[in-house]
Amino acid sequence: MSEKILQIENLTVDFDGFRALNNLNFSLDTGELRVIIGPNGAGKTTFLDVITGKTKPTTGQVTFKGKSTKGNVEYQIARLGVGRKFQTPRIYLNLTPRENLELSCNRYKNVWNALFGKPSSAERRTVAGLIETIGLDAKADLKAALLSHGEKQRLEIGMLVAQSPDLLLVDEPVAGLTDEETENVGNLLLALAESHSIIVIEHDMEFVRQIARKVTVLHQGTVLCEGSMDEVQNDPRVIEVYLGKQEDDRAAA
Amino acid sequence: MDALIQSKSKARQRLLIEAGIVAAIALLLLFVIPPILVGSGQGFRVNLLGRYLALAIAALGIDLIWGFTGILSLGQGVFFALGGYSLAMFLLLQLPDGQLPDFFSPYGVTELPWLWQPFYSLPFTLFAIVFIPTIVAATLGYLVFRNRIRGVYFSILTQAALIVFFNFFNGQQKLINGTNGLKTDTATIFGQTVSSPPVQAFLYTLTILLLVGGYALSRWLTSGRSGRLLVAVRDDEARMRFSGYDPTMFKVLVFAISAGLAGIAGALYTVQSGIITPQAMNIAFSIEMVIWVAVGGRATIVGAILGTLIVNFAKSILSERFPQFWYFFQGGLFLIVVTVLPGGILGWLREDGVRLVRSQINKRRPLQTYPSLEEDPGVQYERKNLANRESDG
Repeated sequence: MSEKILQIENLTVDFDGFRALNNLNFSLDTGELRVIIGPNGAGKTTFLDVITGKTKPTTGQVTFKGKSTKGNVEYQIARLGVGRKFQTPRIYLNLTPRENLELSCNRYKNVWNALFGKPSSAERRTVAGLIETIGLDAKADLKAALLSHGEKQRLEIGMLVAQSPDLLLVDEPVAGLTDEETENVGNLLLALAESHSIIVIEHDMEFVRQIARKVTVLHQGTVLCEGSMDEVQNDPRVIEVYLGKQEDDRAAA
Repeated sequence: MDALIQSKSKARQRLLIEAGIVAAIALLLLFVIPPILVGSGQGFRVNLLGRYLALAIAALGIDLIWGFTGILSLGQGVFFALGGYSLAMFLLLQLPDGQLPDFFSPYGVTELPWLWQPFYSLPFTLFAIVFIPTIVAATLGYLVFRNRIRGVYFSILTQAALIVFFNFFNGQQKLINGTNGLKTDTATIFGQTVSSPPVQAFLYTLTILLLVGGYALSRWLTSGRSGRLLVAVRDDEARMRFSGYDPTMFKVLVFAISAGLAGIAGALYTVQSGIITPQAMNIAFSIEMVIWVAVGGRATIVGAILGTLIVNFAKSILSERFPQFWYFFQGGLFLIVVTVLPGGILGWLREDGVRLVRSQINKRRPLQTYPSLEEDPGVQYERKNLANRESDG
């Protein structure tokens, strides 16, 4: 499948004169797993904000599954099939993991259904399965506020899966996790990549190497280069802006 | 699946128990407490109880919007007054044909203002009591929430709305008697004076029934999926948006319902106290309503009712003894609740109270090992499962 699920053309975002994104072009094939790296302030998070409708582009357009997302707000874009995981886990702390997952799993998200709908047995089974997958069986009915950081990260990824989006946007999924947890999350993402298109933003180069097939480097709000991990690492421009200049080489290595 | 059916029948059992308790309390309030109060020469307290139960309906609305959804509205007085004025206007129009309510004559008004015309009709009035506040809240809420005005900005906006409405009602002498308000106690309904004992007894009963109805509505709204979504609005609105929910509509819904409840409360309070004035839209009164809920316990529903009754009876008893000092007591009470009992009375009962009682009667099984081993659900789960595995092998 070489159909494009996401296409971004000439995207510019201006915050009061500060160009967070500058004439950015990007496209993602259906079923692709793409990692985006870039130094702090390169515009990575703004990039996700624009795709999910949180930030309106100044110029340029985003096309998702062949349709422009212009004029849609966050929840409409989410319903089109874009799921987003935040850098710090965002879950409903006063609900249990089971309830968290149920809310994401629910297909009919209007007010009427919230009042009169009941979770179907298929949904309940999906939720039970997910709880097992993310390893929270024992804590499924505790308040999510009591979970550890790693468990919250897993819960949020579980919520993303429950939403069953076509495109997953994952912002630094392994920040603050142990090596073992990092590897688990990596395997989870690789498993998800078999049936979803995924964009991962990451700083942890070990982790990028574990999961990346194709890497995009952002710098100053625009795409610096694209390619496999090896190509990117040997690109002199990348070495200069991201991995450090010659004199910093030793420190970076 | 077995576990599911079991938990379902358990939930139904719990619901039945709860319904039984509510019914018992309602019957107690209807048939036991009034004779006791009258018998002990405190008959006027029945009327007070009726008024405070009416206020409790407004408190239920605040618990829904503030306790569960985390939106602090300081303008509930507007909706309370709209409900109160609606019913008062209806009552004042219970006159022989061609006559106008008394207060119009000093202002030289000879023709009934158009605003009053629909209030000849009882069905319209009943509709107005609930839905004028609801519609006002839904409109205001939609405009505010759609523009993502939240938190303290929303609170300030509701307070500003309160001042706007207060000034309007206060300044319109020729329309609604301005600052003097509308007196309902000498009006008649179905041939009886509103302040007569049979009518008051009827209103007392009606208040209790509507409070039970309000309780049931609140319980229904806050259980199940809609309740979880209200909590989700409070916890993380952005997460909700990115999961495909539109929080605006949920917030508008809960704001509108809380306004409808405040409207009902205002109507019932007005006819039991005999007057509605713009003072119902006093800023302090709307803040007091929030205090009742805070004292009783946020997001507990029962706490809202309990807090309203406790604070208001304390107010009436203390202000009889020490008329000047009530506001100090009220301020002190609020400080104590915020600093010592952040969960309110009910929150404290549920957390520490149960523990305290248990430790007193020594019901709690003393721990054999470390708390982490005894109480960690993960450890418990593993232990249970490992035990199963052993028995299998």
